[in-house]
Amino acid sequence: MPEQIAMREAFGQTLVALGKRVPDLVVLDADVAPSTRAVLFAQAFPERFFQVGIAEQNMIGMAAGLSTLGFIPFTSTFACFAKRDLDQIRITVAQPKNNVKVTGHYSGLLAGKTGKTHLSIQDLAIMRTMPNMTVIAPADGVEVEKAMEAMVAVHGPAYLRLARDPSPVIFDASYRFEIGRAVTLRDGSDVALISTGIQTPRAVEAAGLLQAEGINALVLHVPTLKPLDVDAIVAAAERTGLVVTAEEHSILGGLGGAVAEVLSEHRPTPMARVGVRDVYAESAPNDALLEKYGVTARHVAQAARSHLAKWRR
Amino acid sequence: MAEMEEMLTVAEIQEVADRLRRRTLDMVWRAQAGHPGGSFSLAEILACLYFRVLRIDPSRPDWPDRDRFVLSKGHAAPIYYATLAERGYFPPEALDTYDELNSILQGHPDMHTPGVDMSSGSLGQGLSPGIGMALGARLRGKEFRVYVVLGDGEIQEGQVWEAAMAASAYRLDNLVAIVDWNKIQLSDFIEKAMPVDPLPDKWRAFGWHVRECDGHDVAAILHALEELRQVRGRPTVLLAHTVKGKGVSFMENNPAWHAKAPNEQEYLQARTELAVRR
Repeated sequence: MPEQIAMREAFGQTLVALGKRVPDLVVLDADVAPSTRAVLFAQAFPERFFQVGIAEQNMIGMAAGLSTLGFIPFTSTFACFAKRDLDQIRITVAQPKNNVKVTGHYSGLLAGKTGKTHLSIQDLAIMRTMPNMTVIAPADGVEVEKAMEAMVAVHGPAYLRLARDPSPVIFDASYRFEIGRAVTLRDGSDVALISTGIQTPRAVEAAGLLQAEGINALVLHVPTLKPLDVDAIVAAAERTGLVVTAEEHSILGGLGGAVAEVLSEHRPTPMARVGVRDVYAESAPNDALLEKYGVTARHVAQAARSHLAKWRR
Repeated sequence: MAEMEEMLTVAEIQEVADRLRRRTLDMVWRAQAGHPGGSFSLAEILACLYFRVLRIDPSRPDWPDRDRFVLSKGHAAPIYYATLAERGYFPPEALDTYDELNSILQGHPDMHTPGVDMSSGSLGQGLSPGIGMALGARLRGKEFRVYVVLGDGEIQEGQVWEAAMAASAYRLDNLVAIVDWNKIQLSDFIEKAMPVDPLPDKWRAFGWHVRECDGHDVAAILHALEELRQVRGRPTVLLAHTVKGKGVSFMENNPAWHAKAPNEQEYLQARTELAVRR
């Protein structure tokens, strides 16, 4: 078993590390700090931590106001509730390009037993349509840290998508994250697996499964949904001629949608999208959900096999 | 200079308010768009703020120590822009570009306009950034105050009460809300659409220091805001009784003039009425 880190732990620890270096960093929390681990920042820097109560709309507005004084606010709530304040994000963050960092925790399916109300499978699609917004979905705890450092270094609105439960670590400390840059994790010539967020370790695992059958899969990790690394996506399509996207998110409007938009304009390429079909999920243990909604490594590998069979034979 | 070079008298501030109404009428007439009713109800309030109360410097819109102003009822943009021009944030000629392509003056306030401290227009959102600014002042050790103007209709939005709760929890005595209490919203009289009364009791229950005044009486507004400056330990709200469409007989107290541009005959009559007033 590879090492596992929960993204929220990385988030809390990175907030503290950044807090030491960046005196203008402040954190606002809508009553979930123990869960998102923003509580670590609250303990380290109580004067820069604002508990706003269960009031996400007010939290975003307060963050926007603080940002006008040069503070760098991170807001802490669950991805499902980060959609409750979309209009506030639109008017007071994205349109005026205020320097607010919105974080959406417990995204995707890995908050299993909470049910469809709490499972967020549309956040990437929604945030991606907002002009001026940077949208990042890290693959592991290491990338969470690197992405947060990059977000703080760049002025402007950003959304960070995080998962709850421990997940495999695929990057080491030497990894260099850059906003807007996709990373080729594995070269291959038969098919390109293009993935984002917590789905990327599964795409890597799928490439291993395919290798055992003699299928050479390229794996391109796309941590930044916006701005999108168009060149890297087109290059992966050129190299392989077949693309499979993989995300723990709806297949509508997220990574699959974004890649389809890019390739249809720049290099039409047969595509298959792995992700949650157009349905709401349900309450169940995480593994059962990943299985039922079709986003395990096995599903990614199977999609690649079918795709190859359909277009190459 | 932060202060007005000479302090305007009450009568002179009233003259400013009258001029703001005339400019607003011209803008709405020219653009054939905008919200005259809720702009006219604000004339004295904005004149008092920008020509007496706020510590600002139009030559330095980004001066870190300036008082902050948020127009939460962003649809009163025409009179807000007229005020900013009158105070010198941009030339009055810019008002002729209101709502035109590539103008610095958008249909609703935008932070890219000189003097606008927060974008607004989707109602109920302005008090929250005001809290952020007031908290930021405390963190930075700055003395500036934050003024947020709300409509009485927009306080039907739940976010206003999230914010009201937070402002008193944080004991923000550097935050002042002013409610333009004109009793009318887009669709109808507020009492018929969705009553917000008892307004003073609601704000009091949320922990605010409440003051009422006649929102068209310059001396009364100035007096009230000065009094609120003395309150310590909690946020303050001025509930300003106003008349929607104030100054133009056929617009006054008439919900139809929430967001309506006058035709030529109406424009000429309104102009005549606003010219002779006081």
